[in-house]
Amino acid sequence: MANSTSDAAFVEFERVQKSYDGVNLVVKDLNLSMPKGEFLTMLGPSGSGKTTCLMMLAGFETATHGDIRLDGVSINNIPPHKRGIGMVFQNYALFPHMTVAENLSFPLEVRKIGKSEREEKVMRALGMVQMQDFAGRRPTQLSGGQQQRIALSRALVFEPELVLMDEPLGALDKQLRETLQFEITNLAHELGITTVYVTHDQTEALTMSDRVAVFDDGRIQQLAPPDQLYEEPENSFVAQFIGENNTLEGVVKEIKGGVALVQLDNGDLIDAKPVNVTEAGQRTRVSIRPERVEMDPTRLQEGAHTLKAEVLEFIYMGDIFRTRLRVAGKDDFVIKTRNAPDQVRLKPGQQIEIGWLAEDCRALDA
Amino acid sequence: MSDITADGPVLAADGTPLKRSLARAMRRQKLRALMLVAPLLIFVLLTFIFPIVNMLSRSVQNDIVVNTLPETVRALGSWDASSGQLPDEAVYAAFTRDMAVAIEAKKHTRLGGRLNYEKTGFSSMFRQSGRKMKKLDPVADAPFKDKLIDIHKGWGDVETWKVLQTHSGIFTSGYFLNAIDAQKTPDGVAWQPEEKQILLKLFGRTLIMSLIITGSCIMLGYPVAWLLANSTARTANLLLILVLLPFWTSLLVRTSAWKVMLQQNGVINEVLVWIGLVPDADRLILINNQFGTIVAMTHILLPFMILPMYSVMQTIPPSYLRAAKSLGATNWTAFWRVYFPQSVPGIGAGSILVFILSIGYYITPEIVGGTKGVFISNRIAYHISSSLNWGLAAALGTILLVVVLLLYWAYDKIVGIDNVKLG
Repeated sequence: MANSTSDAAFVEFERVQKSYDGVNLVVKDLNLSMPKGEFLTMLGPSGSGKTTCLMMLAGFETATHGDIRLDGVSINNIPPHKRGIGMVFQNYALFPHMTVAENLSFPLEVRKIGKSEREEKVMRALGMVQMQDFAGRRPTQLSGGQQQRIALSRALVFEPELVLMDEPLGALDKQLRETLQFEITNLAHELGITTVYVTHDQTEALTMSDRVAVFDDGRIQQLAPPDQLYEEPENSFVAQFIGENNTLEGVVKEIKGGVALVQLDNGDLIDAKPVNVTEAGQRTRVSIRPERVEMDPTRLQEGAHTLKAEVLEFIYMGDIFRTRLRVAGKDDFVIKTRNAPDQVRLKPGQQIEIGWLAEDCRALDA
Repeated sequence: MSDITADGPVLAADGTPLKRSLARAMRRQKLRALMLVAPLLIFVLLTFIFPIVNMLSRSVQNDIVVNTLPETVRALGSWDASSGQLPDEAVYAAFTRDMAVAIEAKKHTRLGGRLNYEKTGFSSMFRQSGRKMKKLDPVADAPFKDKLIDIHKGWGDVETWKVLQTHSGIFTSGYFLNAIDAQKTPDGVAWQPEEKQILLKLFGRTLIMSLIITGSCIMLGYPVAWLLANSTARTANLLLILVLLPFWTSLLVRTSAWKVMLQQNGVINEVLVWIGLVPDADRLILINNQFGTIVAMTHILLPFMILPMYSVMQTIPPSYLRAAKSLGATNWTAFWRVYFPQSVPGIGAGSILVFILSIGYYITPEIVGGTKGVFISNRIAYHISSSLNWGLAAALGTILLVVVLLLYWAYDKIVGIDNVKLG
């Protein structure tokens, strides 16, 4: 405790593996290191191993191989109740036979804290989520959002340094989810707690986290801050999983001056930034965000390659226009344009020409 | 208020008031629902409710005296029993006329049998007197007082007439008093003689043993239910079959199996003697006593405890225990403070089921209970089929029913019946 500094690893996974049946690995060779006070999100499709990682950290699952350290101490053999990690569950897991105040007082009672101190801490924790007036209610008398606030304050009431959250907002409606996302991040930063947050909702991951670990197939595919994750995906899984994305498949013709020339499967040529390709002849999947596609070829740099496109569908979405095009034989190419006064509204059947800056288009693994 | 507009009540499309229109539509629905349940309703009424009400009403019915001796009862009305004097000639004459009719219809022995419950000797008195009174002519042979006393000296005993007068009402509390070891005497309510007081003790024993059986079912069933609720679907199914297996065997077979196990030359004693834990001369008495009844009935009623517990435990998500542990509770605290309170409804449901079933159990105590391990229901069966004192049997049955309802009510007050879940 005393000599741990802010940038030293607080939570560490080292070569962690987990298998339930002795045949398949759910978690394959996980390495992760978190500094104190960080808000880290584990994001991934279901079955990607993110919840298993959280459960290993909480102590409800044991790692088949590898080491998990908390503040420099290996916790593999410490039972969950001695780890002192706060946890928020997906279905809240508020004890239905206790009132809200009793729920919050429970972790303090088992720690043998005196009555007056207990009451004070409970009220303070309820204050953090503006729920003081609900102390005497039963969890079943609360709405989903209120229950989630109580679950959060129960996980914080015994002042843990690490809090784990397992899809805590999964059961709430969109508006409430957004409010609570904001509340949770604020609270975590205010109290300086280290948080590991599990979700399959990428918007949640991007808006809340300091860093996001994208899980797939039992591995971390990329661990980066949200902006980097969105703008510089390291492989096609991350590119596909985070945000909306257009992909085109082809073969690298040449790599010159930091730009890869890619010949698409229909013969068209485009420019891309080589990320996972190193030499000519490799198959690649290029990825371009819908909002980075340029419809006005005059705004591209000289000599840039363009593609012919046919407008299939134009959707008015209020703040943006979403236009679906047929490009290079695929008809799921999407571009997004801002609803500005001078913005053209395309009509289905219209033939246009599109292009992009080479650094916005990433040539990834096939 | 809201159904009245400024122009009067809200009207349906065809102009009738909406409320009436709705009521008509609902009535048809209700009628259809009633028709659907009607066959079952009639079946239950005819085969369950009616016989039970009929049987229970026997516990207070006493019209046999007034039906067989109508004139005598009327004549006795003016007789003062406390005077110590025999009734006058009018009573004897009325009695002779009544008996002539009764003997003709052969009803006098049944009356004797009935009155014998109140005072021994009545049965033989009526039988003997009946034979001799046949020869008397109810008109020509008057006066009758001395002739009757000649026929049987019982008719000269003030007590005889006191008993007749006491029990001449259409309804009687006599059976209920008998059921709690008291009796209705001409001088009021009194306890039965010491050696005849067995029923209260039997009620007490039935209650205590049912409680012990319920308790042991909880102790044995809880871990099994826990295991069932917390194993994978495959294992749970297999275990459930094992739990239900006894249901597929005849009750009689299971009880008899316990007899084989527990008797002095039975499996358990043989094994204990063989390994030398118990000397051959001193074999354990495991059956024909309370122990035998408790063991066999706990086994037989266990599924009724496990199933409701299991279905309640199934609804408790494992995340509660995890949450408790993550909050710092040890395994035991997490169980005791978080899991157990939520499983109480299952225990409650199982306990009510087992307790109510065992309090009225008959076959098992009859077979393995001997004399010390029998229940009140065995006594009821005895009065129904052997002593033919149906009134007393009905009174005992009514008391049993009332006790169960009282306990149910008490349980509702203390634990709350809403807290009982069968699934």
